[in-house]
Amino acid sequence: MRRSLKSILKSAKEILPENLYEELVKKLEEAKDLTSKDKYEVVEEVIRRYIVSMVEPGEPVGTVAAQSIGEPGTQMTLRTFHYAGLMEFDVTLGLPRLIEVVDAKREPSTPIMEIYLDEDHRYSEEKAREVARKIEYTTLEKVMYSLEYTLGDRRVLIKLDPEMLEDKGVTSNMILTVLNNTNIGEAILSPEDPYAIILDVSEKVIPDEKLFDYKTYKELEFKLRKLYIKGIKGINRTSIKVIDEKIIEGKVVREYAIITEGSNLAEVLKVEGVDYTRTKTNNIFEIAEVLGIEAARNAIIEEIMKVLEDSGLDVDIRHVILVADVMTWSGAVRQIGRLGVAGEKPSALARAAFEVTVKQLYDAAVAGEEESLRGVTESIIVGLPPRVGTGLVIMSIGIQPTNQIRER
Amino acid sequence: MSIKEPDRRILKHRLVPEHRVLSFEEAVGILKSLGVKPWQLPQISVNDPVVRLLGAKPGDIIEIKRRSPTGGVSIAYRLVVAFERRA
Repeated sequence: MRRSLKSILKSAKEILPENLYEELVKKLEEAKDLTSKDKYEVVEEVIRRYIVSMVEPGEPVGTVAAQSIGEPGTQMTLRTFHYAGLMEFDVTLGLPRLIEVVDAKREPSTPIMEIYLDEDHRYSEEKAREVARKIEYTTLEKVMYSLEYTLGDRRVLIKLDPEMLEDKGVTSNMILTVLNNTNIGEAILSPEDPYAIILDVSEKVIPDEKLFDYKTYKELEFKLRKLYIKGIKGINRTSIKVIDEKIIEGKVVREYAIITEGSNLAEVLKVEGVDYTRTKTNNIFEIAEVLGIEAARNAIIEEIMKVLEDSGLDVDIRHVILVADVMTWSGAVRQIGRLGVAGEKPSALARAAFEVTVKQLYDAAVAGEEESLRGVTESIIVGLPPRVGTGLVIMSIGIQPTNQIRER
Repeated sequence: MSIKEPDRRILKHRLVPEHRVLSFEEAVGILKSLGVKPWQLPQISVNDPVVRLLGAKPGDIIEIKRRSPTGGVSIAYRLVVAFERRA
């Protein structure tokens, strides 16, 4: 007896993944000229196709994923080029970036953050700049024009750059406070020039016998140049970018975001005006530390897919998901390599087949490791059928039936 | 040295899926239906910020509702471990 459309849809809901089920229901509602019987057959066929397309037990998904990412990767090398001048910041793209993600480098070679802003700040460039100023790491060096001193004199003249002060949102008085809070000396604003600061260095910093010692002065200059004024450590530069443009009621509404050179997720998320639900960094270790391993897994998937899509490669996301799953399996981000996933294989032969063969074999011999020949790599090395696909199934045939077959 | 509690707001981040600590009965049921031993599950460190916010202990099993790009929602499990293996 045939079941009704309703009941088969119910079983479809259990079998099919959510996305597929919802799409199916939507399409069925749209199809007005189909009879109930036709629809029943459609649902039946969808379920059948879905089950057929599932990965079978024993399918070497890891090998397939490796091939599927590796082969397009060879084409990527040739196409990698530098976006000189196109972007404001230098961004690692293409194969170098892919290797960086998969090797789980602690620091990316070009750390970049995308800082989204909350409702109050995201629609105005002025307000976005306000947040950016709070974030950008500012030292005295960035806002000053020159730093003058003479050997034998404890007075240092710091000339500030009015344009840079304006740009970074720093006032002369702020710098005065910062200078006076250090134990370098006493700072006052120059009576003639509002953008000059006179710093009287204390005797502790430059004692009498060091008055003509050039090195002492150089050290002081270095200390002053790197003097912290405000901002978050690690964020070296910021720029405002328009990320979305909509026309609402005849007016152009632009959404702004901040792109930074350098990254410090933990601190940036605390800043007022930052949208803590979307802000991200390309430093995966930082994400794992601040947002947890599951967030790191999602970040790995996103980063790899972004690189592949930017190079115009069509790699199925399932392969990338598998890579991210393996990398985050142990609860920490591990690299796919001799120091991570490949180096933790239980078989000495499999490890030796990957990198530094001789060392792996020496160490295994010294430790007296046992080889159980269970994995694919070691099975192939010794010439056993690997336990993959049909090799996974072990079938034994009784002697009796074989004899009967022969007689026939 | 005091250990600072992670910021609760991270749970709302786009990259962080929903985590939930399973009760003992639920955990046993899940392990039976999957046919695995607890150590065969993927692991998550007790020091993971989300685990610390949930207050889970080593040995607990955490259910994660991942927003999968291929199948809507997919459910994964992780075993809370005291020491994560670092490469």
